Amino acid sequence: MIGYLKGPGRVWVGLALGAVVLFVLAPSVLSDFRLMLLGKYLCFAMVAVGIGLAWGRGGMLVLGQGVFFGLGAYLMAMHLKLSDAGPGKAPDFMLLYGSGVVPFWWEPFRSPVVTLVAILLLPAAIATVLGLAIFRRRVKGAYFAILSQALAAAFAILLIGQQTTTGGTNGLNGFRGFLGYNLFDPVNKQLIFSIAAAVLLAMLLLTWHLYRSRYGELLVAVRDQEERVRFLGYNPANIKLVAYAIAAAMAGVAGALFVPIAGIISPADVGVVPSIAFIIGVAIGGRNTLLGPVLGTILVAYAQTTLSEQFPGFWTYFQGALLILVIAFLPGGLASLWTVVKRGRRPGPPSAAPMAAAAADPALASEQKVSI
Amino acid sequence: MDVVVGQLFAGLSQGSILILIALGLALTFGQMGVINMAHGEFIMAGAYTAYVMQGILGDAGISLLIAIPMGFLIGGVMGVILEAVLIRHMYGRPLDTLLVTWGVSLILQQLARDIFGAPNVDVGSPSWLQGSVEVGGVALASARLFILALAIACVAALSAIIRFTSLGRRVRAVVQNRELAETVGISTRRTDRLTFFIGSGLAGVAGVALTLLGSTGPTLGTNYIVDAFLVVVVGGIGQIRGALIAAFVLGLLQSVFQYSTTASMAKVLLLIAIVIFLQVRPQGIFSVRTRSLA
Amino acid sequence: MAIRTDYLEVRGLTVSFDGFKAVDAVDLTVYQSDLRFLIGPNGAGKTTIIDALTGLVGATGSAKFGATELIGRKSHQIARLGVGRSFQTASVFTELSVLQNLDIAAGAKRSPLALLGVRRGIPDIVSKALETISLTAEVNKPAGVLSHGQKQWLEIGMLLVQDSQVLLLDEPVAGMSADEREQTGQLLKQVGADRTVIIVEHDMEFMRRFADSVTVLHGGKVLSEGSVAQVQADPRVQEVYLGRANATPDLAEAMEPADNPADESAPSPRAKV
Repeated sequence: MIGYLKGPGRVWVGLALGAVVLFVLAPSVLSDFRLMLLGKYLCFAMVAVGIGLAWGRGGMLVLGQGVFFGLGAYLMAMHLKLSDAGPGKAPDFMLLYGSGVVPFWWEPFRSPVVTLVAILLLPAAIATVLGLAIFRRRVKGAYFAILSQALAAAFAILLIGQQTTTGGTNGLNGFRGFLGYNLFDPVNKQLIFSIAAAVLLAMLLLTWHLYRSRYGELLVAVRDQEERVRFLGYNPANIKLVAYAIAAAMAGVAGALFVPIAGIISPADVGVVPSIAFIIGVAIGGRNTLLGPVLGTILVAYAQTTLSEQFPGFWTYFQGALLILVIAFLPGGLASLWTVVKRGRRPGPPSAAPMAAAAADPALASEQKVSI
Repeated sequence: MDVVVGQLFAGLSQGSILILIALGLALTFGQMGVINMAHGEFIMAGAYTAYVMQGILGDAGISLLIAIPMGFLIGGVMGVILEAVLIRHMYGRPLDTLLVTWGVSLILQQLARDIFGAPNVDVGSPSWLQGSVEVGGVALASARLFILALAIACVAALSAIIRFTSLGRRVRAVVQNRELAETVGISTRRTDRLTFFIGSGLAGVAGVALTLLGSTGPTLGTNYIVDAFLVVVVGGIGQIRGALIAAFVLGLLQSVFQYSTTASMAKVLLLIAIVIFLQVRPQGIFSVRTRSLA
Repeated sequence: MAIRTDYLEVRGLTVSFDGFKAVDAVDLTVYQSDLRFLIGPNGAGKTTIIDALTGLVGATGSAKFGATELIGRKSHQIARLGVGRSFQTASVFTELSVLQNLDIAAGAKRSPLALLGVRRGIPDIVSKALETISLTAEVNKPAGVLSHGQKQWLEIGMLLVQDSQVLLLDEPVAGMSADEREQTGQLLKQVGADRTVIIVEHDMEFMRRFADSVTVLHGGKVLSEGSVAQVQADPRVQEVYLGRANATPDLAEAMEPADNPADESAPSPRAKV
C-alpha cells in the first residue's frame, strides 16, 4: 500500500506509522524494562539521524559523535546529581571520592533552564568551533574522520582522569528524579519514553525537510564535488558546518535523554568504540536515506542486547562481519537491498539506487508528477 | 637541568614509540590513501608473537631477538591478506575502507580474546634491558633506549628501501601519480601489496617493542591507533621524514604537557595543538604536490 | 560592436611552484564579446592562468575585472564577483538532476533562509538557461546520465545562471563529436555576445572557426597575440609549434590554415617527424 505513495506521502505515512508504534503499541505491549530498553535505542537512533545528515548527505565521516552524545549526557547527569543532592549540597560521589566541594563549573547546572539551554547549544557550539577550524582549512575526508575520532578518544580519557568531578570510569549514575518527577515511578518512565519518541520524530521531520530543501541539494553537491561548489560562489565550509553542528546538537539531545532512561552515563558510552558503533547502524540501515539510519540503529542495538547477552564473542564476530559485508558490498545499506534484488545486480555508489534517489529528493519526484 | 634531560628523554622515548607505530601506517596511507584501522591489531599481533615466542623459547633475550623478525613477518602476512581480500576491491572509497578495516579490527580483537583470553598477558624483559643507563644525572631506562634504537633502525631501513631499491622507486612513483605510474608500466597491484607487507610488518615490530613497556591484551592496538593516525595527519602524506618529525614533536609536546598538567589533560592539549597546527599547514608538514582538484 | 563596459585586465600575472614559474608576468586584456582563445603547447601555463584568476592557486600581479581586483581573493568570492569557470573534465553533480544542478549554480547569493526552503517550480533564469543549452527535455534527469557533450553544456548553463560576466572555459569541446563541437561553438558565440570569454583549447580547428582573438602562450609567457591570421603568421608561433622536435604533430598540422597549404616558409610537420 505504501508502495503506491510517492515522495512526501510515503514519509508522512512512515512517520504516522512510527508514531502509532511508539506512542500506542510499545507502551501497551512492552514491560517497563523493555520499554526503557527501546527508549535507549531511540536515543541511539537520534544520534543516527544526525550521522545520516552529516555522513550520508554531507560526506563527513563523523567518527566522534560519542563526544556530543557524552556532552549532552553529562550535562543532564550533572543536573540530576545536583538536584538529587538538594540545594547547596554536593552529589554523593563527590563526598565519597573528593573533598565534597562542588566545582565552580558544576554550579550553573543546578538550574534546569541553564542545563537545557546548555544541552541544546554546547555540543553545537563545540562542533562549530571545531568545524570552522577544520573545514575552513579544507581538511577533509579521512583527515576529518581521524580528527573527530581523536576528539572522542581525548574526551573519554579526560573524563576518566577526573575521578572527583566526573565520576571517572564509573561515570555518573544512581539518579532518583527527573525535573521533579520520581524516576522509579512506571508512569514517569512511560512519560520519559514518550518524550524520547516525540523528540526522535521531530528530528526526523526536521531532517526530512532539510533533505528536501535547497540546502539539502547543496549538501549533496558539496559531498560529491566540494571544489566545484566553491567555484559556484559558495563557501563549502559553511555548508558542511551547518550539517555538522545539527548532527552534534542531535547527539547532545540524545545523550541528555539517554541519562534518565538508562540511569547511567560513563566514559564507556562516549569513547572511540561507541562512537564508531553509532556508525554501524547507520551504514547497515542505509546512510543516504531518512529512515534507514533509525531502523538500522534500532535493529543493531536490539541484536546486540539479545545476542551479546548469550554469545558475547559471537556478537563481536557478527558485528565485524556485518560491517565488512554491508560497507563493501551493499554501501546503500539494507534500504537499497530491495532495489538490488529487484534489479538482480550489484549496487553502484551508495545513492545510485533509484529508491534512495527518490527518498533523496521527494521534491524532484513531486515535480516530475506535476510535469506529467 | 635534570628535569630538562628527563623531559627530553621522555619525549624522545614517546616519539620513538609513536614513530614505530605510525611508520607503517604512514607508508600505507601515503601509498594508497586508505586508512587501515586494523593497523592497531597488527601491532597487537606483533605483541602476541613476542608472547608466544617466549613461551616456546623460554629465554627472554633470545625470544625477543627472534620475535622482532617474526613479528614483522606475521604482521606483514596479515597485511597482505587484508590488502588482497578487501582493500584492493575498495579502491577509490577511502572512507568506506576505513570502516571495513574497523570491522576487521573488531574480528581480530575477538580472535585474540578467544585464543589468548581476555586478561592481559605479560612478556618478560631480558635481563640486559631491565636496568637503566645514567646520563647527566638522570636514569634512562634501558628498555626505552632499546626502543629508541629499534625505531631509528626501522626508519633507516625503510628510508634505504625507499631511496635505493626498485621497490622504493615504484613506491615514490605511485605516491606521486598512481595513474601515470600505471601507464609507464609499474604494476601498482604488486607495489601496493609489497608496501602493505612492509607497512604491516613494521606494525608487528612495534607490537614486539611495546611488550617491553607493559602488558599485552586484545585491545592493545586500539590504545595506540589514534595516536598513530595523528602522527600521519601532522606529518603529511607520502614522506617518511614528515612522520618522523611529527612523531618526535608530538612525543616531546606530550611529555611537556604531561609534566605541566595531567596525563589526561595532555591528550586534550595535544589535540588542540594539532588542530591549531593544521590552521597553518592543513596538508601536514610535508605533502607531495599534485595538480588534481581533490 | 558591443559596448565595451567592464573588461578583464591582467597585468604581470605570475604563478610560481617551488621556484618554477608556471606563469611568468603575463599581460592580457580581454573585452566583452571578444571570444579569446588561449593556446600553447602543454605546460605553457594556460590552465594555470585560469587557476590563478579563480583563486585556485596563489599568484602575484594584478587581474582586474572592471575596478575589482581578483588576485588575493578566495575562490568563492571571485565566483560571486561574476567570474565563472569550467574544468577540463566536466564536473557536474552527477547524482543531482539537471534542474538541481542549475538551481544550485543560480543560488550562491540566496540568503540562508531561502536555502532552507524547498524549491517550488523552475526559476525563470534556470528555464531560460535550459533553452539556451538545449536541455529543457532533460530537466529532471540525473546529470550523471547525460552524454559527454550535454554535461559540458550543462556546465556552460551553470555559468550562465551563476550570472558570470567572465567565463573561463578549460577545453570545453574536448572529447566532443564534430556536431557537438559546432553546436558548442555557436552556443559560445551566443553567450559571449555580452560577456567576457576566455577559452583554453587544444583543438585548433575549433579555434580557427570561432576565435575572435588568440593569445599564444609558451613557457608561461605570452608569445603572440592577435587575430587568428596574425598569430598564424607570427614566425615565433610557427617556431614553437613547428620548429621543435617534440612538437605535437596534430597541433602543428592544425596550426596551418586549412585553406592555405602552400605556406612554404614552414617545413611540413609530417616530413619533420
